[in-house]
Amino acid sequence: MTSGQKKGTFSVLVIGIILGIILWGSFNWALAITNTEEFCISCHEMRDSPYEDLQETIHFTNRTGIRATCPDCHVPKEWIHKIVRKIKASKELYHHFIVKDLDTVEKFEAKKLQLAQNVWKTMKETDSRECRNCHHFDSMDFERQESRSADRHEEAIEKGYTCIDCHKGIAHSLPEGYDPGDDAPGGEDEG
Amino acid sequence: MKKIIHISLAALGLLLIAGNTVTAKEDIASLRGTEDLSGASLKPIKQKVVSQEGGFERSYKQQPPMVPHKVDKYKITLKNNGCMKCHSKKNHKKEKSPMVGESHFLSRDGKKLQKVSSRRYFCNQCHAVQVDANPLVKNDFDGLK
Repeated sequence: MTSGQKKGTFSVLVIGIILGIILWGSFNWALAITNTEEFCISCHEMRDSPYEDLQETIHFTNRTGIRATCPDCHVPKEWIHKIVRKIKASKELYHHFIVKDLDTVEKFEAKKLQLAQNVWKTMKETDSRECRNCHHFDSMDFERQESRSADRHEEAIEKGYTCIDCHKGIAHSLPEGYDPGDDAPGGEDEG
Repeated sequence: MKKIIHISLAALGLLLIAGNTVTAKEDIASLRGTEDLSGASLKPIKQKVVSQEGGFERSYKQQPPMVPHKVDKYKITLKNNGCMKCHSKKNHKKEKSPMVGESHFLSRDGKKLQKVSSRRYFCNQCHAVQVDANPLVKNDFDGLK
């Protein structure tokens, strides 16, 4: 190897590393930016309806002063699932910029049942993965829960229910057309 | 002369009434305490909602049962009724909670309905959560046993 070749390889390597840092860095930076509540509610669809809803729930204000923001529940924490969700989000961009079928609160309300059902279905499929980023059965002290909550949680462990089976409409108001009285807990038609 | 006597009697009477009112006013203990009428009333003390397994005993036969648990997470809106999560026909057995009373499924003409009648829809109009508060005034009411 001549000294010229050596120099060449070296500079390619250096440029590669620098480029890599810049590209990977900005990729991660973009991921982080798009994973903030601020970013979510920069679109009026999210700001005017779901975000308004959230503000009335225990996930927004509570005794202990902890707040769950949009991405905490709607974007997976694990890298691979997160990327998949980010790619799926292109559908949201498509609807925002091209279809425009959710651009008023009224249109949003009209479609809310379908949108909610989509989210419920996903949460059911992932065994409420995003809930479980914060809430674990292992960390629950059943002694400190109300007896009916404790009973139901023990039953849920036993029968393998997932959070969303019972806890629908806890961070947003329930959509029109969904009747809590018809939805048997556990997602099955028992009782 | 008679007229003058009448007028002075009336005036005396008025004076007496006025005087009495003044003294009476001082005797009345107001729930407002010493707060001035024009001022804001005292802030009620924050109380925790009482949870009681098995519910509260009724004071009389037709009393709407009181709510023995917190309700802040359950919303009643025009679109849906969060109480039905546990108290509906379909869910109450599984949730081990009392079912909405049969009377709630009657229309005002006495016709039986599939769903809770709209006149019984807003549960918290009659069913209230309870706090462990002292009565503001003495009350000797004794429930029917």
